Order: sequence, then structure tokens, then C-alpha cells
Amino acid sequence: MAEATFLDANELVLNMGPQHPATHGVLRVKLRLDGERVLGSECVIGYLHRGVEKIAENRTYAQFAPYTDRMDYVAAVTNGMGYCEAVEKLLGVELPPRAQWTRMILAELQRIASHLLWLGTHALDLGAMTPVFYTFREREEILNIFENYCGARLTTHAFRIGGLQYDLYDEFEADVRKFCDDLPGKIDEYEQLLTTNRIWMERTQGVGVLKPDDAIALGVTGPVLRGSGVQWDVRKAQPYEAYAQVAFDVPIGRHGDTYDRYLVRLQEMRQSVRIIRQCLERLEPGPILGKVGKIIKPPAGTEVYHSIEGPKGELGYFVVSDGTVNPYRVRIRPPSFLNLQALDKMIQGQLVADVVAIIGTIDIVLGEVDR
Amino acid sequence: MKAICEAALSVSSGDVVAFLLRHPLLVATLKILVVFAVLSGLVAYLVYLERKVLAFMQARLGPMRVGPWGLLQPIADGLKLLLKEDLIPAGADKAIFLLAPVISVVAAFSVFAAIPYGPGGWTITNPNVGILLILGVSSLGIYGIILGGWSSNSHYPLMGAFRSAAQLVSYEVAAGLAIVSVLLMANSLSLVEIVRRQQQMGAWNAFLNPVAFLIYLIAGVAETNRNPFDLPEAESELTGGFHTEYSGFRFALYFLAEYTNMVLIASLATVLFLGGWLRPFPGVRWLWPLDFAPVAAFVGAALFVGWLGHGSRVRAERIFFTVLALGCVVLAAVVAVPVVLHAIQGVFWFTLKVLVILYGFIWYRATFPRYRFDQLMAVGWRRLIPLALASLMVTAAMLLWTGNRAWPLTLANLLVGVGMTVVLTAGRSGRPPRSALEATR
Repeated sequence: MAEATFLDANELVLNMGPQHPATHGVLRVKLRLDGERVLGSECVIGYLHRGVEKIAENRTYAQFAPYTDRMDYVAAVTNGMGYCEAVEKLLGVELPPRAQWTRMILAELQRIASHLLWLGTHALDLGAMTPVFYTFREREEILNIFENYCGARLTTHAFRIGGLQYDLYDEFEADVRKFCDDLPGKIDEYEQLLTTNRIWMERTQGVGVLKPDDAIALGVTGPVLRGSGVQWDVRKAQPYEAYAQVAFDVPIGRHGDTYDRYLVRLQEMRQSVRIIRQCLERLEPGPILGKVGKIIKPPAGTEVYHSIEGPKGELGYFVVSDGTVNPYRVRIRPPSFLNLQALDKMIQGQLVADVVAIIGTIDIVLGEVDR
Repeated sequence: MKAICEAALSVSSGDVVAFLLRHPLLVATLKILVVFAVLSGLVAYLVYLERKVLAFMQARLGPMRVGPWGLLQPIADGLKLLLKEDLIPAGADKAIFLLAPVISVVAAFSVFAAIPYGPGGWTITNPNVGILLILGVSSLGIYGIILGGWSSNSHYPLMGAFRSAAQLVSYEVAAGLAIVSVLLMANSLSLVEIVRRQQQMGAWNAFLNPVAFLIYLIAGVAETNRNPFDLPEAESELTGGFHTEYSGFRFALYFLAEYTNMVLIASLATVLFLGGWLRPFPGVRWLWPLDFAPVAAFVGAALFVGWLGHGSRVRAERIFFTVLALGCVVLAAVVAVPVVLHAIQGVFWFTLKVLVILYGFIWYRATFPRYRFDQLMAVGWRRLIPLALASLMVTAAMLLWTGNRAWPLTLANLLVGVGMTVVLTAGRSGRPPRSALEATR
């Protein structure tokens, strides 16, 4: 006799995805429903698995860098930065200041772009169709800056192990300054549409509550963790690049619900603008590449784990070298993958409409979950 | 042939009137044809208007490719849907599946027979229970939705249909109670009588009974399944709602029914609360320049279209818009003739009010997120219906005590509206709104 599963019960089993407009890619969620109430869920992932970690073992250190862009494809700059820093740590390379400040500016721009995309799609999931057009308008500015800098808009491959591939273009500072001047006003606009909107509050407050203990136990990081009230930001806790030299606040929520995560992300965008402004002040002409050999060969038997604060959470790279030109092993800790684990905890007892809100509030990118 | 032409030319207008008076069914048929044609066109261009207005609110352009400024887009859309394959899912209950959209669209269109568009003959029929007829027939449209969702034999349409049924039935109660207040004030079920009553009172019902008006508007949005109450077709949750499995022209029928219902709700709101065909402040003499608003409207349209043409870089578009502007000027001149001006006065104001309400519907869609199902039900049953009941009782009491005096009625209604809102929202456990700035610690 076949093993009894929850599929045998008299409850309705609803398949959300992998082709569903609100699962943000190819996530499949099996929902066990009692009417519209969710009794349990099961995530089926792997539809976008490309074996990125295995590919790394057959590429040189430099060759693998562009692959990282394709994991979290809406935050490629941050992904590349994490990998480059991990390898730099392995090699013990010091970065010139100009490269550091540039990396921070671009990474923070990428954080804003990722949050803008999240805000637009999250609002769209909850039926507010206008914010997505506004956020894409602003995101476009960021993508234009990326394009002018390195020629690509999405999968940028902006950095190089040891520093930068290209120096900044002439109007870069003016462009970024203009963007930083405009964005806070635009965020105020989004807030006018959503923050105090009665329907928005009713749809998000108390929905998908994640307690701090659960969040820590599940390894959740990023805005989802901070929304639960845990003050943990890799930029503060284990500063990399020059984050120790800039002043910024880490916003945290109080209730751990969808509304707090929304507030946290909006505030993070404002903080990113603050960081970018400080970086622009410190940006001075100088070399953009540290001392890295033509062939990258870290000493045999060395290994390093390096993590950065990506837009979605802690993005970690564990790189092991066996002394050849290829890494022996690259293990990636993608924030979306671990944050997605919290889904079941968050949607139990909620309604089907909330599932959409909760998937949106975790801010997953399936390219990163499946790798 | 020549004889027929001569005979036709020899017929005087008096003869025509006499002939038509002898054949009332012919007149009714002609009216039905005109209303059907105008309504279909209005609905098609309502979709265009919606896409344009939404686009401008969302920092984009909307349809621009088919014809000048995308003006032919509705026609292209209709043709596309006509030519598409009419798919029937393998597990569907075929007969019901085919029939369901027809029920919806027939119910939506047939109620327009009882709407008075203007004074006198500007209505197809004026039954003395007009409002009951409209409510009854329009409720039949729900069958189209439920049967369509049920017969599709699929999860999402079924859930969409459940939601629709529950939502429409719930909000019909609130809307019905709001309408009863109006019936009490007019002391009649005839729509023509309701408008006449507003003329006698010298004020629209929206001012006499603002609470009922707001309740009706909100319930109306819910009944047409539009944002923020568009759960039955919540794209991000149920992919398409009850019409997920429909394609081709059957889908177009549902679409048509939905937008026709929008026009219906707007028309009813106009008749019941905004004085139907009456111009604003019908009793105030010195506002006579308002009678020339139709002329002004056409002149304004001519100026706007001319400006569009002036700004266009495409030669064909410039020509098209210039011709259109000239057409508007000609229409303005025709309308300026006193006889014509008098005749279309009612229809002009009626159409204008309907369009303003429709614009509001589109505006909500660009502004609001969507309610969740249980919240939708809570708004309907726990807020709107008690409020409507209280408003109804106060209206009845005031009519009994103070007769038909306008001010006590308005005041009492406003008081009960504010009071009930305070009472109904007092027990809320919601936390106060806070700005994202406070998220920093």
C-alpha cells in the first residue's frame, strides 16, 4: 500500500506555480487548503537549477565571475562583488580606495534597484497596479548608470578580482548625485500611495508574522530578519569594503509582519542614498586595480568564507583552493534560498490571498534559490 | 424606384409622427437599436479610455499604435477576439460552458431598457417598477459568472466564481438598502419619477442623502468586480478568476458584460443620486449660462483635438485630428441651434455625469490595492450594511417628522453617517499608521 500523504485528505490541494504570475519565477508551492485557509505548504524548487556551483569547479577564478551575475539576476552587481571579495580574501589582495568606494556606490545603487523592483511587484501582487510603473521608472535610471559604466544593464559583471575592470565615466558623479537628489522625493510618492493606505495596511499588517526566534532558527537574513526586529546587517556586523567608514542606520521592524518588512525596505533605500552620498564625497582619482597576477592561483589548501549584505540578505561564498587555476569547490549561500524556508512558517493559517503577499515579502529570486 | 423616392419625399414630418404613433413597437425597436449601438460603442471606447487614463496616471502612453493615438485599438481588439479559437476544456460541462457568458451579457444589456436618459421620450420604456426590474435583471448576470466558473471544471475558475457569487450577493444588500432610502424620498419605484422628485426638491439626492450615495458608490464598485474589490479576477492570485478557461469571443462577452455593468452602475447612480438628466442646480435661474454647456463641451473638444493635431509630427495624424476638430466645430454649431440645444440638454448632462463616475472607477483602479476576501466581506456586512440600515431609518424618520424639507434630512444623514462610522471603527485592533522613517532605531 502506498504511503499516506496529505494528498489523501479531503482538503483541497492547490498548486501554485511553477507557471503562476505571483510566484516570481518558477517556484511551485503545493498548498493544502481548507476553504481559503492554508493548512500547510510544500515548496518545490529546482526548476531553474543550472549547477552553478559545479560549473565553478571547471572554470578559472576569473571565468566564474560572470556566472554569479546569473544567480540573483536583479542584483548582479552585489553577486559579483561578493565573489570577487571572497577570492581577494583568499589571495590576500588589498584594494585601492577608489575601487572600494566605486564598488560601494554601485552595490548600494544595486540594492536600491532590487528594492524598487521588489516594491513594484509586491504592490502589484496586492492589486495596486500603479507603483510598479513608478518604481521601474526610477530603476531605469540606475540601469542607465550601470550601462554607461560597464555596457550591461542586468548581468553587469561590473568588477574584476582585485578591483575594477573600468574606470568611472566622466558624468558618473553627476548622474549618481542627480539620482540621489531625486530618489527620496520619489520614495515619498510611493509612501503616499501605500504606507498610510487603509487597504494596504489591512493587507499587510499582521500578515505573515515571523517571530525573531523562528527567523534566527531558520537562518533568515536581510530585510526579512530585520523586519522581525533582529538587528543584524553584515555591513555593520562584519564590515567589508569601507562600510566601517560610512555612517548609516540599520532599520528594524517591531512586529515581524509584511508591513514592517515593507517599511524596513523603504527605509533601507533612504539609507542607501545616504551611503552613496558619503562614498561620492570620498571618491578621489587613483588606481583602480590591486596587485593581482595575470593567472590567479591561490595557495593549495586555503579556504575562505566571505559574506556580504546583499539586497535580499546575507550572500556568502565559501571558496576552497587546491592550488590550481580552478577553484576546488565554491559553495554559495544565497539569501533567497534560506529566506524561502520561512515561507511555510509564515503562511500557516493565512488565506490564499496572503500567500501571494508573503511570497512577495520574502523577495525571492528563483535564479538564486535554484542556482 | 423613382416612385418610391417621390413617395418618400412627399411624406411630411407630420405623417411620420402619425405613422410612428400608430406603431409604438417600431419606435421601441428603433430606440433599442440606437441604445444598443451607442452602448456597444461606449463600452468599447470605455476600455480605450481606461487604458489611456491609467497610462497617463502611470507615466506611460497607453495604446498608441493602432490608428492616431491608438484610437482604433478597441476595434482591433474586438476583431482579434472574434477571430480567436473558441476553446472548450475537455472536462467542461459543454452546454453550460457555452451558455454562461451569454447569460451575463444579455442581463447586462437588457437593463438599459428602463434607464431614462432624458426627459420625455428619451427612454425605451418607463415601467412603474423600473428600479425593481433593473435590480432583478442585473442580478441574473451572477448566474453567468457562477455557471461559467462551475462548468469550467477547474480550480481557479471555481474559486473565482465562489468569490464573485458571495461578493455580489453581499454588496447587493448594501446597495439595495441605499436605494430604498431614495425610493422613500421619491415615494415611487419609477426612475423617471425619482428624477422628477429631485427636480421638485431643488437638490440632487446625493446632497439630500450623502450617506446612501457613498454606500451606493462603494457597493457599485464592488458589484462590478472592480479594484479595490476585484478579487474574483485577482490576476496575481487566481490567474483569471471565473473566466480563466474562456477564450475568444466568449471571453469578450464576459469582458463586455463587465464594462456594461460599469456603465449601468454609473447610470443608476446618476439617476438615483445625481439628478439624472437635470443640469446642476436645476432650480437656480441665474445659472442659465449652464444651459449652453453642450456647446462649450464641443468647442472644448474641438480645441483639444486641434491641439493634439497641432502637436503631432505625423502628417496623416495632423489631417485626421484637423478633420475631427472641424467635425466638433460643426457639431457645436448644430448644438447651438436653440431647438437642438433644448432637445439634447437632458442627454448631455446624463452622459456627462455617467462619464464622471466612470472616470472615478478608473481612478480607483490606479490608486488602490486589493482587499482580501474576508476583509471584503467584513466591509460589506459589518460596515456598509449597518450604516445603510441606520441611514435608511433616519431618512424614514426625518421624512415622517419634517416632511420634505431638505436641510433636516441632509443634516440628520450626515450626523448618522459620522456617528456610525465612529461606532463601527471604534473596535478596530489596527495599529496607527507610521512613517517608514520611524523604522530606524
